Amino acid sequence: MLHTFVAYVEDRPGVLTRVASLFRRLNININSLTVGRSERPGLSRLTLVCEASGEAGHRIRASLFKLENVVDVDDIAKDPAVTRELALIKVAASPQNRAQIFDLAEVFRARIVDLTSESLMIEMTGVESKIEGLIEVLREDDGRILEICRSGKMTMRRGQHVSSVVKAMGVVAGDAEETEEEPAADSVAGEA
Amino acid sequence: MANKGNAKTKAHDENGSATTPAVNAHLTTPTRLTGSEILWATLVGEGVETVFGYPGGAILPAYDALRKFPIRHVLVRHEQGAAHMADGYSRASGKVGVAIATSGPGATNLVTGIATAMLDSIPIVCITGNVSSKVLGTDAFQEVDITGITLPVTKHNFLVNKAEDLARVLREAFQIARSGRPGPVLVDITKDAQQATAEFDFEAAKPRAYRPHPMLHVDDSGLAQAAELIRNSKRPVILAGHGVTESGAMEQVRTLAERAEIPVALTLLGLGGFPASHPLSMGMMGMHGEAWVNHAIQEADLLIACGMRFDDRVTGTLSSYATKAKKIHIEVDPAEINKNVKVDVALVGDLREVLEQLLPKISGRDGSAWLKTIEASKGAVAVRDINNLPDLGHLYAAHVMHDLWRITGGNAVVVTDVGQHQMWEAQYFHHNEPRTLITSGGLGTMGFALPAAIGAKFACPEKEVWVVAGDGGFQMTAAELATIVQEKIKINIAIINNGYLGMVRQWQEFFYERNYESTPLVSPDFVKLADAHGIPGRAVHKRSEVEAAVNEARSTSGAYLLNFMVEKEDSVYPMIPAGSALHEMIRRPDHDPLEETADDK
Repeated sequence: MLHTFVAYVEDRPGVLTRVASLFRRLNININSLTVGRSERPGLSRLTLVCEASGEAGHRIRASLFKLENVVDVDDIAKDPAVTRELALIKVAASPQNRAQIFDLAEVFRARIVDLTSESLMIEMTGVESKIEGLIEVLREDDGRILEICRSGKMTMRRGQHVSSVVKAMGVVAGDAEETEEEPAADSVAGEA
Repeated sequence: MANKGNAKTKAHDENGSATTPAVNAHLTTPTRLTGSEILWATLVGEGVETVFGYPGGAILPAYDALRKFPIRHVLVRHEQGAAHMADGYSRASGKVGVAIATSGPGATNLVTGIATAMLDSIPIVCITGNVSSKVLGTDAFQEVDITGITLPVTKHNFLVNKAEDLARVLREAFQIARSGRPGPVLVDITKDAQQATAEFDFEAAKPRAYRPHPMLHVDDSGLAQAAELIRNSKRPVILAGHGVTESGAMEQVRTLAERAEIPVALTLLGLGGFPASHPLSMGMMGMHGEAWVNHAIQEADLLIACGMRFDDRVTGTLSSYATKAKKIHIEVDPAEINKNVKVDVALVGDLREVLEQLLPKISGRDGSAWLKTIEASKGAVAVRDINNLPDLGHLYAAHVMHDLWRITGGNAVVVTDVGQHQMWEAQYFHHNEPRTLITSGGLGTMGFALPAAIGAKFACPEKEVWVVAGDGGFQMTAAELATIVQEKIKINIAIINNGYLGMVRQWQEFFYERNYESTPLVSPDFVKLADAHGIPGRAVHKRSEVEAAVNEARSTSGAYLLNFMVEKEDSVYPMIPAGSALHEMIRRPDHDPLEETADDK
């Protein structure tokens, strides 16, 4: 079955190697792995998806906890959670057939984030099946897809769930003064 | 160790009184020191008295600073020996052992020793030098990515490239090594970090409070369930493992066994954790455990696993393992729960603490019927001392082990290598005390015995230490004989010499149609080899010579080597072939003069 682990790890060199090495040692293939900063300074948050037997979840979680740099591990299993993936897809498109792709993007609630005379780039966020759906439709035209870049899954439990470990760490310090400088980030090159 | 080796160490002593207060001052008053000095000062602060190591370019600054600190350095002949010595030191004393080596080949030579400690959960700290941080990653001379190499065989490892990080990292390394399920930690220190200076404040470098594994879990319902299972069981067996010793739960296990009249089977590393002479002790379980022990486990309706991990060497094939039994697993490592054997009740925590909570819920229980059944399964030849068996002119390894046990009164620390002799030792030398059998169980590292025994002797200089090694394994690390001489320590060495890589030969006999490919082994004359080192010794060919030879070794003031020329094609019985069920063992052949006996206690 597919297991999803959400872990807080120390933001230091080599920590990802330790996590990856554990899965290699257990002979488990990692389907997807995303890492980024968390709400806590000095801690990264990762979402790791892998295929393993149903009983393996306990042992994987226990083994992750044994890594000194791992602070918290949550086994999402089948609990209510929101999972998203980001995909960037570059497709070949001439001025003649561009409109068709725009329509497609709209149907899938995707966005066009780059446009040149020969190609355009689609940004799409959603669950895996939706992204697969868009890719499938785009594939109907041979050679249209030039590049696909997928982030892998990011997962967060629904509701007010907080693990005992995170609780023990207390309230996040210093996130109040986080400045908002994001809005203009999505400027699209060709759109002007 | 009262003996001081060479002139340099003597010089140490003379300066000792002068340097010690200064070192203590380092520990109480923040002082500016070099990284090298911080290294030793931190080790002193952690209570380290002896380290085992080998110098080299990238660790030279550290060696240069050693003279200022009250730490004894034991020069090994190969870094693998250093890791095994630290390991043996730890197993004999329960303290953290320390090994030190240079970068590159010095560091890689440690790896087998580190893996040995990892598989048996032994707390050691290995310190390696590395090239300067400025050239890290450039394939500089003797550079190797030792933190990368040892990542899967250490509990944790560190690369330190700043002197100011050193004290904190080292203290954390000691904490990690000995906490929870213990294990080896490696600290790799770049040369420039050894040379730079930094403020040293031992107290301030104290690691954050130890954070137990968040999945430890012992609750009242689990304890009640366990107590209920024990109360209702008809055929219970306690499986006692290495955790009994590591957790210091000897008394608690004994109380549990006695109060509820439950027989105790031991893993190889569990031997000594429950007294062999105790009426409830059955002896070793598993691949070379006695038939009645394994039968009892297969017939049991309840297994109480205490600090053991259901290794494949004790379970045989899992699908047919103890199918009639409910299982209670008391274990400190949550990753071991349901790993190999699915259990009904898991009490995940320190064994001693869990048993302290469980014992009040355990009331007296009559186990006599089950104990009688087990006793009867030992067969008609029960309680027959192999000492009384006719001397047929052959020398069997089992004789040697039995006599060694008898003559030493079982009070020696025995350090074995890996192979047939290891199993014979486990079968015929009865250990009543924890930390008296030191052996590589999980990794099965040949060459372990001699260096580990040196470490054990440093940990317990007052104890009688015996190396028991085969002719194959002994040659893997025989160079450490010179270390014994240089350090002037008293160790007795018993080589069980059968001219074969015996355990492999046995497998070839049973499973490969006696195709003895690459197992006959030519060895040097071990007595002459010892003599070349200035160590006296003698060869023993007959049973009748064993006692005198052992006594001669014991009464000699320095090290002594005995070369026991034992029966060449003897096998360890019983044996469960790999992949077979626990009860499907190969029994001793009828003609074997060593009858299957209940152990003669």
